[in-house]
Amino acid sequence: MHLAYPAVLSALLFCTGLYGVLARRNAILVLMSVELMLNAVNLNLVAFDVWLSKTAEETLHSGQALTLFTIAIAAAEIGIGLAIVLAVHRNRGTADIDKLRDTSELHDPDGPDSDALAAEQSGEAQKAEATA
Amino acid sequence: MTLATTAAHLTAHAPTAAAETHGFLSPTGVEIAFLLVGLVTFGAAIVTVTTRQLVHAALWLVVTLGGLAVEYLLLTAEFIAWVQVLIYVGSVVVLLLFGLMLTRAPIGRSPDADSGNRWAALTVAVAAAAALVWVVVDAFRTTWIDLDGPAAGSTEATGASLFQNWVLPFEALSVLLLAALVGAIVLSRKAKAGAATAAESTPAARSEKSPRSEKGPRSEKEGTS
Repeated sequence: MHLAYPAVLSALLFCTGLYGVLARRNAILVLMSVELMLNAVNLNLVAFDVWLSKTAEETLHSGQALTLFTIAIAAAEIGIGLAIVLAVHRNRGTADIDKLRDTSELHDPDGPDSDALAAEQSGEAQKAEATA
Repeated sequence: MTLATTAAHLTAHAPTAAAETHGFLSPTGVEIAFLLVGLVTFGAAIVTVTTRQLVHAALWLVVTLGGLAVEYLLLTAEFIAWVQVLIYVGSVVVLLLFGLMLTRAPIGRSPDADSGNRWAALTVAVAAAAALVWVVVDAFRTTWIDLDGPAAGSTEATGASLFQNWVLPFEALSVLLLAALVGAIVLSRKAKAGAATAAESTPAARSEKSPRSEKGPRSEKEGTS
């Protein structure tokens, strides 16, 4: 098989994922696009490993080993990423990246979490006012 | 054989031998199958990043990842193909669908799925694709993968290389997966539960425990609305 076929497909998939990361607004869709980019890299690794394992005399099969590591790390990454997205959604009420401008929760004047934090730090009087 | 002699061997023999046995305009059956599956994969990837229905994006991602598994099979990397099916199609997409459901993604068309800078993103992506494809095609014009003989990515070869040469990274990766598991649990449990257990552990703070535990569902409800 011509080596350009998997290489070109990998490049195209990577650029598709690049477009998705840049253009999407939902955080989970951005994570999907990151998965696309990782898969493009995996395809490249596998193709070059198969090529090298036939042309070179001795090989460590490093491409396939690295592909397995990439898949495992991508699984870990998607777990952590989804946990972060869910935590952000629980705090801010949105998973929209364009609306997540602040890195801090405390100085958000109209965020849903700021008054909860303020009520948590103060006493019983504010708690009665907050639940009313 | 050292790397230099291998490279010299490659440069001496590969282009002439390849040009003798392969042709540009006479693709083999494997190449045709690779091209067709690659078109399906690329089209599904395009739909994944452009559709306005969020759940459909996850389902088209299944098509993309499955197509990539077929490409791995065509490249004789069978173990990678099954790992791809098990981990990506089996668990990652399910996790993404769970994430879409838990963040209350709208069913149906959502008009604001794409942000305002999509034309800049399209420009960057098309420019990167053109540059990458040009460089790759120019670099590997005369390079062929030899798919005959024993499979390069059979389970036996992959397992032997993984457990002979890659044992230490493999074990380190298991520690990383454990750390990711613990991190995901810590991130996704509610912070109020941690505050409540901290208040329980100190008996002096027991009086403050009741307003916190009452406040928990309220802020939760407010956060998700």
